[in-house]
Amino acid sequence: MTKQRLKARIIKYFLQSCGSLSIIIVLLIFLFLFKEALPFISEPGIGGLFHSVWNPVSFQKEEFGLLPLITGSVLVTLLATLIAIPFGIIGAVYISEVATAKEREVLKPFIEILAGIPSVVLGFFGLIVVAPLVKDIFGLNTGLTALTGAVLLAFMAIPTIMSISEDAIKSVPIIYKEASLALGASRIETIWKVIVPAALSGIVASVMLGMGRVVGETMAVMMVTGNAPVVSFNPFTSVRTMTATIAAEMGEVTFGSSHYASLFWVGIVLMLMTFVLNLVSYRVLKKYGMIDK
Amino acid sequence: MVDIQTGNKIKIRVGNMNFFYGPVQALFDINMDIAERKVTALIGPSGCGKSTFLRTLNRMNDIIDGTRLEGKVLIDGSDLYSPMTDVVGLRKKVGMIFQKSNPFPKSIFDNIAYGPRIHGVKDKKDLIEIVENCLIKSALWDEVKDRLDTSAMGLSGGQQQRLCIARALAINPDVVLMDEPASALDPKSTLKIEDLISDLKKDYTIIIVTHNMQQAGRVSDYTAFFYEGRLIEFDETEKIFTKPNQKQTEDYITGRFG
Repeated sequence: MTKQRLKARIIKYFLQSCGSLSIIIVLLIFLFLFKEALPFISEPGIGGLFHSVWNPVSFQKEEFGLLPLITGSVLVTLLATLIAIPFGIIGAVYISEVATAKEREVLKPFIEILAGIPSVVLGFFGLIVVAPLVKDIFGLNTGLTALTGAVLLAFMAIPTIMSISEDAIKSVPIIYKEASLALGASRIETIWKVIVPAALSGIVASVMLGMGRVVGETMAVMMVTGNAPVVSFNPFTSVRTMTATIAAEMGEVTFGSSHYASLFWVGIVLMLMTFVLNLVSYRVLKKYGMIDK
Repeated sequence: MVDIQTGNKIKIRVGNMNFFYGPVQALFDINMDIAERKVTALIGPSGCGKSTFLRTLNRMNDIIDGTRLEGKVLIDGSDLYSPMTDVVGLRKKVGMIFQKSNPFPKSIFDNIAYGPRIHGVKDKKDLIEIVENCLIKSALWDEVKDRLDTSAMGLSGGQQQRLCIARALAINPDVVLMDEPASALDPKSTLKIEDLISDLKKDYTIIIVTHNMQQAGRVSDYTAFFYEGRLIEFDETEKIFTKPNQKQTEDYITGRFG
């Protein structure tokens, strides 16, 4: 083998390993999560995860039920999605179909900025502005509720939903629009009856991706949802999400304890949820040719 | 309005029309009377403005930013471009068939019912009747009557184009604009479309843009020759094709350029 070929081969392997890095990291993280979570199966037993009380530090009886954390995450995520969908989609329609070129030039950078706001900063805003607002409007004892967290998370989901929906709407062939207008449909009718349905798959995918982002978000929800681990589907109660639980408790947990292992189960559940959301949206986008195969 | 020489009723009158894409003028001082229930063909080399002209007749150019029109376009005597004109109502009167067939990604039935539904037809029985009538008129009924609820995207190119014709007829227009409706089709489908045009002439004023001179000769009563944004000659098709007045028309017809 010549020196040249050896060199080419080394470079190739180097590039290959860089390219595969993301796969390796994902696998390592999964492996690591399972390794740390494993002891929980024998002691105190995996059935404990299905209980409805999360009380990992107690002198009487420690409880590791994930249910309140899962319902907390699901409640906040669903609420946030419900709030974000109309703004995200209508905003996308506006930017792609209604706005003039100038308006678009102003709007789009602001959407990028909104997407880039650090979540802890958003959390401040939530504490100082949104929480008191929620408290006053609904006459509650505290403004730190699932709804407050959902509003903040909606701010984070909106840019994702908006920009991907906008791409989907833009990729609808103009011939559909022409056909509809030529049939005497108004602009609004054309948008809602032809363009949005034709872009629906991409819009659905954008919502799923937005949800993926929201489920995994930690800082802002920890700051404003009140962190009470109770099973509740009432948006006006305090809840605690899976992410907030890990972030809040990981720092002070006894290394190797049942509590420690249970937090890794929380991580596994969380990772599976985001994995499924991303997979589904990826599939949808791929099926309709919006990303390269 | 009636044309004194021919006795035809005039459906569309275009007077001193200039058309601009931003700073670029695309049509120059067009004057044209288009006869009711006749087929008028617009011919000319690529970029001569014939499609642009066609699209001024239902204000389809409005969706392009920065376009502007001077002069008058009258349909049944009322000005299309007056600020008072209801563009949506106008487009209901003027159906359009595009070069590339463009059925919606919906069922065959919903494609044709789209227009009537928008214009307020809600009763299912009425819709079924409209869909059937229009498919019969567009000579597609026999081919699709058993699969009206399947996607229109599953039809062949020629069938899709006839579906688009049916869809345009469903809004009950007076005028049908066709922008090279057969240019993407095979000869057999083209022939079907041409037969259809001859049938439709009884009820509709048809204006067709075509690249295909033989097609203009076969289907039209009148032919307008456009060149570089100007209307060079407009006369009975037979006259244009046998003894045109203008040298440019003759050169184009005989294939010396274009």
